[in-house]
Amino acid sequence: MATSALVKVPPRARRGEVIEITAMAAHPMETGVRPGADGRLVLRNIVHTFSCRYDGAEVFRAELYPAITANPYLAFTTIATRSGPLEFRWEDDRGVVIVATATIVVE
Amino acid sequence: MSRLTPATAAAQRSATPRRNALRALGTIASIALLSPAGATPTSMREAIAVFTGGAIPIEGGLRLEVPGLVENGNSVPVSVTVDSPMTEAAHVRRIAVFNEKNPQPQVAVFRLGPRSGAARIGTRMRMADSQRIVAVAELSDGSFRQHAIDVIVTLAACIETEGG
Repeated sequence: MATSALVKVPPRARRGEVIEITAMAAHPMETGVRPGADGRLVLRNIVHTFSCRYDGAEVFRAELYPAITANPYLAFTTIATRSGPLEFRWEDDRGVVIVATATIVVE
Repeated sequence: MSRLTPATAAAQRSATPRRNALRALGTIASIALLSPAGATPTSMREAIAVFTGGAIPIEGGLRLEVPGLVENGNSVPVSVTVDSPMTEAAHVRRIAVFNEKNPQPQVAVFRLGPRSGAARIGTRMRMADSQRIVAVAELSDGSFRQHAIDVIVTLAACIETEGG
């Protein structure tokens, strides 16, 4: 299973600035209602939870359902508070966790 | 034994219609298998009621953006913006997106807070059919806002075949 993720965070921002973040993970988001090649339903396996931690707190969380596309794309905002890492986490039905980190410099 | 008793003759006469009926039942059963109990306007209303705890969302103060005409239901951009200062005192706690006709009424629930700075989210969803999409936001004062859009889908998301 692919476990790659792509996150976009501005490398620099002014303190207090609202920054836009986009995050995408490689994942089939298998709905559980689709027959596979053998005609039997492919077991559901979706990323059910995504979260972003920054500067000591969770700043965004998303609970996803099978209606979200494969390679789930998420865009959200946060306030640039201090320089440091933003930690991204995706968890799927099988318990597989994908993580990614991006660092921002806040002036 | 070639002589037919009246009973077996009757059975044979009725065999064809019965077989047809059985075949029809089989077709219904396989359709039911391929399209498991999908979301409906009713199940969407129920899912919204669960999200709001029974509160009725107010129209306005929230903007859902979805293309009105979708060529490919496999990936439809969805964004939601809520009018909110996003301060400790007044902010958006959650934004949820619902649909009427996918297998489940829920699409996603997003948790925000004062550190979000803005109440704006974006994602991409699958649409199995033309349907109504509803976005609902929970504000920190406990009130709910909503906006609904009817979307026409010309090529549905392939939820029933390989490669969907």
